[in-house]
Amino acid sequence: MSARTEDGVIIGLEIHVQLNKLHSKLFCSCGLDYHNAPPNTHTCPVCLGLPGSLPVLNRSAVKSAIKVALAMNCEILPQTQFYRKNYYYPDLPKGFQVTQYDYPISVNGYLAIERGDGQGIRRIRINRVHMEEDPGRLVHEGTIDRSKFTLVDYNRAGVPLLEIVTEPDLRSPKEARKFLNKLRNILEYLDVFDGDLDGAIRVDANISLAGGERAEVKNISSYKGAERALSFEIVRQRNVLRRGEVVVQETRHFDELRGVTVSMRTKETEHDYRYFPEPDLVPMRVMDWVPTIRETLPELPEAQRTRFLKDYGITGNHAASLTLDPKLAQFFEDVSAAIDPKLSASWIVDVLKGELNYRDLEIDSFKTADMIEILKLFSDDVVTEKGAITIIRTILDEGGTPDRIVSEKELAKVKEDVVTSAVDEVLSECTDAIADYRCGEAKALNYLVGQVMKKTRGRADPQDARTGLLEKLDSNET
Amino acid sequence: MAIPICTMTPERKRMITPEEVEHIGWLARIKLTGEEKEQYAEQMNDILDYFGKVDEITTDVEPTYHVLELHNVFRDDIASGSLEQDAALANAPNKKEGFFKAPRIM
Ligand SMILES: [Zn+2]
Repeated sequence: MSARTEDGVIIGLEIHVQLNKLHSKLFCSCGLDYHNAPPNTHTCPVCLGLPGSLPVLNRSAVKSAIKVALAMNCEILPQTQFYRKNYYYPDLPKGFQVTQYDYPISVNGYLAIERGDGQGIRRIRINRVHMEEDPGRLVHEGTIDRSKFTLVDYNRAGVPLLEIVTEPDLRSPKEARKFLNKLRNILEYLDVFDGDLDGAIRVDANISLAGGERAEVKNISSYKGAERALSFEIVRQRNVLRRGEVVVQETRHFDELRGVTVSMRTKETEHDYRYFPEPDLVPMRVMDWVPTIRETLPELPEAQRTRFLKDYGITGNHAASLTLDPKLAQFFEDVSAAIDPKLSASWIVDVLKGELNYRDLEIDSFKTADMIEILKLFSDDVVTEKGAITIIRTILDEGGTPDRIVSEKELAKVKEDVVTSAVDEVLSECTDAIADYRCGEAKALNYLVGQVMKKTRGRADPQDARTGLLEKLDSNET
Repeated sequence: MAIPICTMTPERKRMITPEEVEHIGWLARIKLTGEEKEQYAEQMNDILDYFGKVDEITTDVEPTYHVLELHNVFRDDIASGSLEQDAALANAPNKKEGFFKAPRIM
């Protein structure tokens, strides 16, 4: 078997996620609600690294780390501690980052994803999940290589981060994206992470082609960016090989705007970081927390998807869409308690979700009770499908309750005799169209249906109108 | 700075070169003259030799990661007040529009 196939891509990821559902930073009491705040308004002597200040670890951050580690099938280590990673860069006020090194909180896990080629499942090994503090945010005036100054905002310095390191088990940019999506899904189910917040996730990727050296691509800050950066890097490395040159081991920076990776020529190597145990923080022994945390872990998306298929008999696509978001899944379960689950799933995924996405809204903007009422009106034949959609749109755009919208917008389906009389009127008025229909002009029937709808101001079921017309036309009553 | 006195055997290895001193200087963002590089290389080698003494002891003791016998010191996840922006920036030699202003990097 040759290693020189097109499939020789080897990718490993280092993913940094903010534990941004917490209230305070990792080692101090500064708040995490800094996203719309002016720069340097969420700092204190600890996260500014002022002399004499002492860090104290946030207990909930450790619990969140354990939750994530367990969800990723990792082992929790009996003794764990922090180190100082030393380097001088303006985003680090102290001149070092507090992180874990030897003795991380957890090691040796895995996450299974669908393979990029669709041929089954691939198990991606997790080397470790560890805790560290976020550096500050740098703002460059102009582009990174042109600006004279760097402006620094330490609001983000000290935000609790998890670094999740995979083994080089991913085989394509597509798989990397699948992995990241799955990770985000799990983190949101664990309620430790909001992926929509700016800076919530940052990815570094190691990538090589079979037999070659690897390049490390830094500064990937979105899910889409990860796939693009990796695809670019594969093409770049293939071109290097095609020219008969060799890929050198190096660190490259992903330029999101241009969609390219650029060599960073760093002079730092691993031992230049001079890691040593952080003397201001004592070691942790948290093994005895594990059983309780494991017991209180929520149902994870995969297990929930399986249960939805089995218990509700909904389609695989509906189950997959519903379990992308824990709040949506809960909404579905609540609606299904009152309404047929298949009907609920179809309306929530195929209609409601689209209407929400279109308006950039989340599922919490829609009341469970309203959905139940709308689906009752629809199943009881009070409103048409179109009428039910109108109620949903009206609630989202103008507010109101389903029953009031039905009466205000006159959405109640008209009774059969009203349709019948509209059909009679149309048939007596549109003699040309009838003649066309009788000559085999199929479109003429659509025109007649349209006329019936017009007479009933859209409240007739088009199917009823069509049936009514056909009955009369075929019995030669005209 | 007081230079530790070397008590090692005369055939000790000189480990640190002036080039390495230059790299260490770069890591600390300090520019060194040729003379300083030579001088610091000499001093660092003395220090390393001095620590070499410790290597002579054979031990089977677990490494000490912390001098205190303590473990599990935590605080609750409660946000309380931060510094005002002016106070946070009070010691900064350069600032702009609420940001710290630092030299360009890379
Ligand atoms: Zn702080």
